[in-house]
Amino acid sequence: MIETIWLTVKLAGLTTILLLLLGTPLAWWLARSKSWFTEVIGTLVALPLVLPPTVIGFYLLLALGPDSPVGQVTQSLFGTTLPFTFEGLLIASCLYSLPFVVQPVRNAFEAIGDNPLEAAATLRASPVDRFFSIALPLARPGLITGTVLGFAHTVGEFGVVLMIGGNIPGETRVLSIAIYDYVESLQWTEAHILSGGLVAFSFLVIFITMSVEKKRKARA
Amino acid sequence: MNFCLTGHIRGRLESFTLDAELNIPAEGVTALFGPSGSGKSTILKSIAGLLKLENSSLRVFEKDWQTDREFLAPHKRPIGYVFQDARLFDHLNVEKNLVFGLKRSNEKDQLLPRDEVYTLLGLTPMLHRSVRTLSGGEKQRVAIGRALLSSPRLLLMDEPLSALDRQAKDEIIPYLERLKRRLRIPILYVSHDMREIERIADHILLLDTGRVVGEGPLIDILSNPDYPFVGSDAAASIISGTIRAYHASDHLTELEVKGQAFLLPGNIGEIGSRHRVRIAASDVSLAKEKPSKTTILNILPVQVHEILPSDEGRVNVTLHLGDTDPVSLVARISSRSLSSFDFKKGQSVYAQIKGVPIIERK
Repeated sequence: MIETIWLTVKLAGLTTILLLLLGTPLAWWLARSKSWFTEVIGTLVALPLVLPPTVIGFYLLLALGPDSPVGQVTQSLFGTTLPFTFEGLLIASCLYSLPFVVQPVRNAFEAIGDNPLEAAATLRASPVDRFFSIALPLARPGLITGTVLGFAHTVGEFGVVLMIGGNIPGETRVLSIAIYDYVESLQWTEAHILSGGLVAFSFLVIFITMSVEKKRKARA
Repeated sequence: MNFCLTGHIRGRLESFTLDAELNIPAEGVTALFGPSGSGKSTILKSIAGLLKLENSSLRVFEKDWQTDREFLAPHKRPIGYVFQDARLFDHLNVEKNLVFGLKRSNEKDQLLPRDEVYTLLGLTPMLHRSVRTLSGGEKQRVAIGRALLSSPRLLLMDEPLSALDRQAKDEIIPYLERLKRRLRIPILYVSHDMREIERIADHILLLDTGRVVGEGPLIDILSNPDYPFVGSDAAASIISGTIRAYHASDHLTELEVKGQAFLLPGNIGEIGSRHRVRIAASDVSLAKEKPSKTTILNILPVQVHEILPSDEGRVNVTLHLGDTDPVSLVARISSRSLSSFDFKKGQSVYAQIKGVPIIERK
């Protein structure tokens, strides 16, 4: 059980970190670019919100499988393919949780508007400088929301894990799968511990984030 | 004249085409005056590089900032920009806002020491406050300080007072006057409020629907009948003089203008210092002979220079004080007085100035 919990935390943690690193620049671009192409990418990013997780899992299985170009590259480099590995699951999680990080961060960037960035430009701040010294700090509430949502959503994913990860203990067997297993095999006690734990955990995370933000706002 | 900025800003705006040739003097405050929507802010943004208008050109301090091929990025232009809405950074406190540009500029280019900027603008007591708790006037003072500390060679001010109420405006103007005396860099000041301009500008550029329709020293433009100011009901003249004495018993300062003594209430400044006075045309009346029984303190011998067409029973008369290189004054009198006294061009009369003229203080 501890192994399962640790694996879930590791998966959600790594997914969140990767999404913050990759999703923030993407959100910045989506918020600032004025090209028609922006909305095409924006729609693609939002797709996991509406698609059944099984659809994403199915296409990822094909895209990463041994017959695909990606699969052949990973096969020749590492001697294995990504489906049913932790790394494969990580990629799937990133895709699946992408909109939950990108959307709030993009909204926060858009809310900043041009004004503070223009002011910073007249104060000798280069574009990169403006991103780090103005945009990121001002988008803080959006970054926090994105982090919480990305982490929580990854912890709660089920369909995608089932399709691409399977149920390998220590490798791809995360909490949601374990709970499903316990219920199937009528191990109610274990199912209760994990489910109740998840409810408590989720409540705490959201509650603490909200309180911290509220305090920070009141102080400012 | 020596210019710090020459250029031509062209571009299509919503309702008209901007086509403004700019020559900004290398010294003093140049006001960019025009009605709302005449393109003033667009010009300022183009100078700062926040807006890129094709077919425009800018040459500032002997360097090309914009040509057909080149466009200098805004953060590489040594300007200070004061926006209408302050635009302080909410996530930083007052002091961190103030040093934002300072940290990113070269220390040896510093205009004034940091502490002096704080003192000049009265910022010292608020350094550790959050910018969210500042009043509108305080915010704008921080914004001005922030711009100055970034070591600009040209200061651009985009209607810095227009978002403020009357009280906050009156609070800030003395700071601007002090700054102007202390700073050596040219300032381009955008405004649609003649009252502000009369208090701080040296030169003026008149803008109308995207074109420059007049430019020159403020004092000349104000009294030139080719421009709408001297004939208007808000006409005013600006004269400058040197302080000769302070009469402590009467609380009056004596200002010398063209050999004439001009008495002003209060202790204005040091003896020998130069100040300028704004006299509203409606505060000036005329007399054929020197009035002897009157409470009015300032009565000056002048010549009638020009009588402008009347509107609604009032007429503006421009007057000259002094024979060589005369100073202009404007009087707004009724058409009836004009005809009954039969004032004529070149005639010697007396101008009586009532009310308290607005003066630049230290």
